[in-house]
Amino acid sequence: MDYVVILLLQIGSAIASLVLLSIGLAVIFGMMRVINLAHGEFLMLGGYAAITAYNLGVNLWIAMIVVAPVTVGLFGALVERLVIRHLYGRLIDTMLATWGLSLAMIGFVTVVFGNTVSGISAPLGSFQIGAYRTGVYELFLILVAVVLLLSGWLVLRYTRLGLIARGTMQNAGMAAALGTNPSAVYAVTFAVGAALSGLAGGLLAPLSGVVPTIGAAYIAKAFITVISGGAAILSGTAIAAALLGTINTVATFAFTSVLGEVALLVAAVVLLRLLPQGITGRFFRRAL
Amino acid sequence: MKARAFSILGNLVVLAAGLAVLFGLPAYGETYLIINSTIFAAFAILALSLALIWGYAGILCFGQAAFFGLGGYTYAVTAINMGDTTVPALLAVLVPAAFAALLGYFMFWGRISDVYLGVITLTVSLIFFRFINQTAGEQWNIGDAPLGGFNGIPATPILNWPARPGDQLAPEDVFSLSVGLLLIVYFCCKALLATSFGRVIVAIRENETRAELLGYDTRVYKLAIFVIGGALAGLAGLLFANSVFVSPTMFSLPVSGQIIIWVIIGGLGTLIGPIIGCILMQFLTNYLGTLSQLKGFGWVDPNLVLGVLLVIFVLAVPKGLTALVTDAWRGLKGLAVRRPAAAPQPSERASD
Repeated sequence: MDYVVILLLQIGSAIASLVLLSIGLAVIFGMMRVINLAHGEFLMLGGYAAITAYNLGVNLWIAMIVVAPVTVGLFGALVERLVIRHLYGRLIDTMLATWGLSLAMIGFVTVVFGNTVSGISAPLGSFQIGAYRTGVYELFLILVAVVLLLSGWLVLRYTRLGLIARGTMQNAGMAAALGTNPSAVYAVTFAVGAALSGLAGGLLAPLSGVVPTIGAAYIAKAFITVISGGAAILSGTAIAAALLGTINTVATFAFTSVLGEVALLVAAVVLLRLLPQGITGRFFRRAL
Repeated sequence: MKARAFSILGNLVVLAAGLAVLFGLPAYGETYLIINSTIFAAFAILALSLALIWGYAGILCFGQAAFFGLGGYTYAVTAINMGDTTVPALLAVLVPAAFAALLGYFMFWGRISDVYLGVITLTVSLIFFRFINQTAGEQWNIGDAPLGGFNGIPATPILNWPARPGDQLAPEDVFSLSVGLLLIVYFCCKALLATSFGRVIVAIRENETRAELLGYDTRVYKLAIFVIGGALAGLAGLLFANSVFVSPTMFSLPVSGQIIIWVIIGGLGTLIGPIIGCILMQFLTNYLGTLSQLKGFGWVDPNLVLGVLLVIFVLAVPKGLTALVTDAWRGLKGLAVRRPAAAPQPSERASD
């Protein structure tokens, strides 16, 4: 019985981490169709920001929830101003530019912080379920993922900012004709997406430690989740994360963790083959 | 007429340059340079494979590394098991081609396109990477060949002269083979694109629906070019296995990304561009690597410099190096040829 509970908790934790990894990319890709190949590096930067702030004496929670998103959000705004804004609509050029950006970020962090793994231990300790112990931090991450999705939905659905964002996403020219400034919307969206990635990186740092090259491990999963999810930002990411996270965890429990990863990848391939426009290209098409 | 002459001239220049490298380098270069050049040639063939399927057929494949690694691993495993490398060399090209046929059937018959196709191919190469990475241990041996997991297969047999198992190729011979193959493959691709098959491929890239309405089954054509691209990548893997060794990093994401970078820098839509882009980037990466080892240059991280250069490149030279060269050439020609001033035209206004 407690084995089932642990399994369910692990599934929830896997889904939550996929949601956290992908939400920043979903906002940027869903809104502006920009393939941000530096997404993994934004996550890495968030992790380093959190760890550095913590090592400088800042409270861990503030470091993870405030310092990391703000730092990476500001950096994202800078990047958008300098680089991305010249390249809207040019898919290939944004790929090249963001790949260069990711290399530059890895190089910069390597020079400043070195190549070794730094980390902090996961806070909140652990609790007992029957014969097994699991970390309370993982439950916290599930909570954060739910809060993020919910607040994203609330903002997009009920605030003026969300309305403008949705309008620009659907038809930028029309939104411009109606008086909004699409380039300002894009700038804010990119910064918000970067901030979300920074938050995710900061929150995930205690679980895996940070190295300059950790971005590469994250980016593939984030991409696969976002593209499998389809056009809708929130519901697409949530559904795709739920499906892929479940398959990953079940396969990990049944075989090894590597085969769990392979199962996730195979599931993504089959999903994309059956639903070429992503999940929300076919179901829940009008969802947020 | 002029354009025809220029394209023939261009081909002759490429041929001359290629032959100069093929015969000149072993005579004047040291072994280190020869081995490095073999690796560059292998990567150039890899760049050519993506240039073909992406530049001319519009298939953005994020996972060419899968065929690259598959070619290398097939060669290593079969060569260790068989002893004579003639059949393994053939298999190293045929097995990736067969896998490309399977994957292509899976994708193109499902009408998957652009970014979704990119993600599927990326995922496939990641599946290979993750899977092969954990194949350390006895139970993962194929015949006599250990798959080696993360360490790869270090003792890959070097190619031997066909049907003479004891007689292995020297590094100079492997170099000549690689550069010779690069030249042959380049001109075969050019010839292929000049046939009606090549024309249809370009038509599909321009507008797939229109090509279909004209009566071509675009899925078959896309599958065919995808298989050719896979075979070329497998060939590159074979040459790579002979000059370096076979390891799971051949399947990894940075390799796939680098191929795309070479093509974009060289110029999407040309064949010579990606080759130049590849060789340039390899030189640059090697140079930065050695530079960062010198005293006082510790801050020169190769990644940092490369990344900044790439970003500047995209903002300044968006269409790639080849376009830069052709635009400059056209600009110079415009400066050189002065046209006589046009004679004033008689007024054609109807008189009121």
